[in-house]
Amino acid sequence: MKADPKGVLTGIHFMDGNHAACEGALAAGCRFAAGYPITPSTEVVERFAARIPVVGDGVFIQMEDELASSIAIQGAVWAGRKAMTVTSGPGISLMQEHIGLAATYEIPLVFIDVMRGGPSTGLPTLPAQGDIMQVKWGSHGDYEIITLATSSPQECFDLTIKAFNLAELYRCPVFVLLDEVVGHMLEKVVIPEADEIEVQERLWTKKTPEEYWPYDPEYGMIPGMVKAGDGYRIHTTGLTHDHRGYPNLNTKTQYEMVNRMINKIKDNADKIIEYEEDGVEGADIVVIAYGVTTRVAKKAIEDARKKGIKVGLLKLVVVWPMPEKRIREIAKNAKALIVAEGNMGQLVYEVERLAAGNCPTTLVPHPGGGVHKPETIEKAILEAAK
Amino acid sequence: MSEKDMKETYEGAGVSPQDQADNPVDRILRQERMPHIWCPGCGIGTTVNCFARALEKLNIDLDNLAVVSGIGCTGRVAGYLKVDSFHTTHGRAIPFATGLKLANPKMKVVVYSGDGDLTAIGGNHLIHAARRNLDITVILVNNFTYGMTGGQYAPTTPFGSIQTTMPYGMYEHQFNIPKLVAAAGAVYVARWTVYQVAHLTRAMTEAIAKKGFSLVEVMSPCPTLYLRRNRLGEGIDEVKRFKEWAVRKDGADVNDVGISRDKPLIIGKFVDIERDEYIDLMNRQLSKKLGDRYTLYGVENGEV
Ligand SMILES: Cc1ncc(C[n+]2csc(CCOP(=O)(O)OP(=O)(O)O)c2C)c(N)n1
Ligand code: SF4
Ligand SMILES: [Mg+2]
Repeated sequence: MKADPKGVLTGIHFMDGNHAACEGALAAGCRFAAGYPITPSTEVVERFAARIPVVGDGVFIQMEDELASSIAIQGAVWAGRKAMTVTSGPGISLMQEHIGLAATYEIPLVFIDVMRGGPSTGLPTLPAQGDIMQVKWGSHGDYEIITLATSSPQECFDLTIKAFNLAELYRCPVFVLLDEVVGHMLEKVVIPEADEIEVQERLWTKKTPEEYWPYDPEYGMIPGMVKAGDGYRIHTTGLTHDHRGYPNLNTKTQYEMVNRMINKIKDNADKIIEYEEDGVEGADIVVIAYGVTTRVAKKAIEDARKKGIKVGLLKLVVVWPMPEKRIREIAKNAKALIVAEGNMGQLVYEVERLAAGNCPTTLVPHPGGGVHKPETIEKAILEAAK
Repeated sequence: MSEKDMKETYEGAGVSPQDQADNPVDRILRQERMPHIWCPGCGIGTTVNCFARALEKLNIDLDNLAVVSGIGCTGRVAGYLKVDSFHTTHGRAIPFATGLKLANPKMKVVVYSGDGDLTAIGGNHLIHAARRNLDITVILVNNFTYGMTGGQYAPTTPFGSIQTTMPYGMYEHQFNIPKLVAAAGAVYVARWTVYQVAHLTRAMTEAIAKKGFSLVEVMSPCPTLYLRRNRLGEGIDEVKRFKEWAVRKDGADVNDVGISRDKPLIIGKFVDIERDEYIDLMNRQLSKKLGDRYTLYGVENGEV
């Protein structure tokens, strides 16, 4: 389906990442946003609040806290809307119970997280990439989510649309991560014509109310959706439930529910995964990074190449699910992997696991408050090449 | 409550035997989910009977009704009703309902949950929903306890009552729920007990029909975890006690309706006022500022 032109601000803009992410959401058909102000993410909802009354047929509401905003959007999704909330670290921490609920309800939802330094109140106005594991594992129990990392305002626009599309296709929470600096960075953003933007429609059920149960798989492993008010009179719950959406608290139902929730992502990972490579084939050293760190890594790699080092970059656009097969392959052919990330070491453990001893993995950490210096990453490259 | 006790209760409140035979609750229940989880003598089932009767009286299209519950014994209500029904998280039924109602204003949205769920963990959402005056109805079943988790004290537990986490008797002050939500801006507030089923049914009817944030507090026995532990007998004993204990004072000053076991239990309709509703206010302000650039939201045929 093509985007609804009402939400598409076609043109060439000079825009920061936060505003671009909001435009991406509107272009993708998001017509409901709930949020609670938090630096450095607030501009996203400020823009949504200003834009939605003129885009039409939509609402923004500022809720009383993040617990409320992260569940108000779930009510809106069950009412048939595309919906999102926007926050930063402390807010993502508060939302965790509802991320688990969204995964269990199996509803399409987008969470935009403009990351700041943590832990706790941390560094409200300064960047870090410390939420990368929390978005994956933050809620209790076993479930799967999708996460995209942006490194420029243009990507904030493009990847927010992609996030909404993936959410609809896989009926799960999808995170869009912005580093604080990406959220506040002004760059050129090209917004195409509405008919050049592909948006994924909800996977509405084709069944009648008599045949329908909310968790019967209909599109592959994915159940078809309905909305409140359509006469299906559904029930759903965060309790372990059977295909009817009714609580059924036993191991068999738990096993079936959790397995399908996980496998619908795992078995489709190849279709979800997106990464960019620069000179990885034949490289001795491969730097793996995401978000703004990829921009610094590029400079470091350029400089190291001038010194004759064969070094490539693997930029994770989709961080979760990870491109596991590709990282395993790379580890077999490279001499060393370097993970540069804006935290004290989080994704590096995943990479190390995938390298499986085939080559060493080095971490270039950053505690947050700024981004890496290219020289720091370059130094790690030169060290690994010895 | 036993079948006989239930019958007595209804007769006590003037529901005809004919009405009892043709119980509308049968039509709204998900029969395939019976039997329910509630203990014998629990009052929650009685509130659901009244709710079913209220819906029948209102004659609303059940396809356009959503019931949202939080977590608790009362929180299980949504799961038994054959309407679009959502069992959410502990305390968060109201913000879920807020999103649902705002996203599709043609739905009637009812939040059905317990005193702990709505006033403790969900207390902030309760007052903000009342403040906003979005058109939703809250049915709050007050059984003086956290039933589902085994009888811990709630913000409603009366002074002196024993609860597992208040083993020497309750010494914290209680919430006066009607006062709380009235102060926050609710346009309809009533309190009844499961003894006055006809009044309770009427209050539910009025609350659902009322535009804006309405709340009905229903006093309901929890024999298993509150009454027995406090040597107050079985469910039916509390229901009989409600009959003696409750004093109807419509229009009572909400300052005077706090609950204490050694003062009369004031029941009745306390608040029924007009105050601009959320979506109306939003439409008015945005049209004023944006003129033709704004299309009224949630409006069908000129009616919100
Ligand atoms: C976040 C969270 N905290 C705690 C609980 C445990 N819990 C479940 S129900 C409940 C209390 C319910 O009390 P109330 O709302 O009065 O309902 P009742 O069972 O009395 O009807 C608690 C504390 C939970 N499910 N989730
Ligand atoms: S524990 Fe109390 S509130 Fe819960 S079902 Fe039993 S009697 Fe009712
Ligand atoms: Mg209770």
